Amino acid sequence: MHIPDGFIDGKTAVTAAALAAAGVGLALRQVRKKLPPRRVPLLGLAAAFLFAAQMVNFPVAGGTSGHLVGGVLIAALLGPGAAIVVLTTVLIVQCFLFADGGVLALGANIFNMAILGAAGGYALYRLVCHWLPGPRGQVTAIVFASWCSTVVASISCAGQLAWSGTVAWPAAFAAMASVHMLIGIGEGLISALVFIAIQRVRPDLASEMNAASQPRPLKEFVRYGLLAVLGLAVFVAPFACGWPDGLDAAAAKLGFDRKALQPVVSAPAPDYRVPGFHWPAGSTAVAGAAGALVVFGLALALGRTLVPEKEANTARGSSSHD
Amino acid sequence: MIDDWVGHHHSRPHSPLSHVPAALKLGVAIAIIVITVLVPGTRVSWFVGASIFLALVVLISRLPLLFLLKRLALLSPFVLGVALLNALQPVAGASWWNVAVRSAICLLTVILVSNTTPFSSILRVLKFAHVPSLLVTTLALMHRYLFVLTDEAERMRRARASRTFTRQHGARWRTLATVVSQLFIRGSERAERIYDAMCARGWK
Repeated sequence: MHIPDGFIDGKTAVTAAALAAAGVGLALRQVRKKLPPRRVPLLGLAAAFLFAAQMVNFPVAGGTSGHLVGGVLIAALLGPGAAIVVLTTVLIVQCFLFADGGVLALGANIFNMAILGAAGGYALYRLVCHWLPGPRGQVTAIVFASWCSTVVASISCAGQLAWSGTVAWPAAFAAMASVHMLIGIGEGLISALVFIAIQRVRPDLASEMNAASQPRPLKEFVRYGLLAVLGLAVFVAPFACGWPDGLDAAAAKLGFDRKALQPVVSAPAPDYRVPGFHWPAGSTAVAGAAGALVVFGLALALGRTLVPEKEANTARGSSSHD
Repeated sequence: MIDDWVGHHHSRPHSPLSHVPAALKLGVAIAIIVITVLVPGTRVSWFVGASIFLALVVLISRLPLLFLLKRLALLSPFVLGVALLNALQPVAGASWWNVAVRSAICLLTVILVSNTTPFSSILRVLKFAHVPSLLVTTLALMHRYLFVLTDEAERMRRARASRTFTRQHGARWRTLATVVSQLFIRGSERAERIYDAMCARGWK
């Protein structure tokens, strides 16, 4: 999902960079205030870990393989602020050292993967943990949040490409969302397996980092959430809802005519739309919600199978601090 | 495995470009990238000019051509994807070859800079540009331990492979997940030792 240079244009790059800079600035300030100095090297090591972990290939059917991306996993282990810093570091090194992802597209990549992916995914993780306390709930939360963050980040990426006029929105959305709905399942499964394995060997690691700032103030989520929603409103909403808003006028002024983006061929995945709905955005939303429900059921089942009964009961007392 | 990625990172060929200040190289590279992205597609002269300039730099840098071509091939899935999507639903104003030329110029620029400039000098430029010190410290530590942890992952993978039989898919995922979790645990234990070492040397 690393966008290279040349695929998004100036206005998209600048907008995304502004959002990313705001998010990373907030995260840095929060980490400096809350993280004990002992833990500063852990940020660098966690970034190196993510990079190394991405090289471990998990076999998928048919000779293909996938790997961990790890945004939600790192956020669950270290907290949202630290996760944004870690993922930003990984993206900067991948960009400058390995030329993976563009320099001008760095802001867009940070927004998609660090702010939407990690911080947004973390908010969802906490929400599910709140509803379903205990280790099984935690596993369910990791799987579900990883899947959602993968899908939402890919949709935002499609929106950025479409806003830049590189590809048409219906095709980009259908291709990115459908592929990442599958990738997200693998991501959720790997994240959950790794999280359980870490919990089993060093249960102190995950809880300690999160305990340092245990009663998380709501306003911290509100800030990241606001940034994420603002970004989605700019990159995705104009295409998804067809709002006749000020953004249209601004875009037209910038030489970007939405009329040119009307689909010439109908969407390549028409079955993604729910029949009987005449409002296309609405039917897409219903289809997306149905997909999310199915994945949530899958996540619940995984929580039950991956965490044995014994562990679920003994650990409940200690980890129901949520 | 990582050597495929970094290529000549460890044996960077010595060339006149190694002596050019990092800030200048970075500045020129970013200028080229920004102009290449912003310039309208009809300005063919810029694309031709930039390509000739980059070709000259490639000659001076003495980087193996095969290595550069291999890295440029990384772009092919993206370009193919855009070409495919544009074939399904053409977009006015953007053609896939235009995107391909732009991104190839930008990618080549970054590859040239990253293979003629040590990462530590890039970090120094970032520090000079007032990037928050916490971010620079994290970047420096990540770069330092990147290769250590990738080697460790490779060692653990090899040790596993030599001791366990190839099992069913599900079990293999669990095994691999254990390797990844061990990597995190070892990384965080290493971070604690690094903190002690940093304090012993006067870091604050």
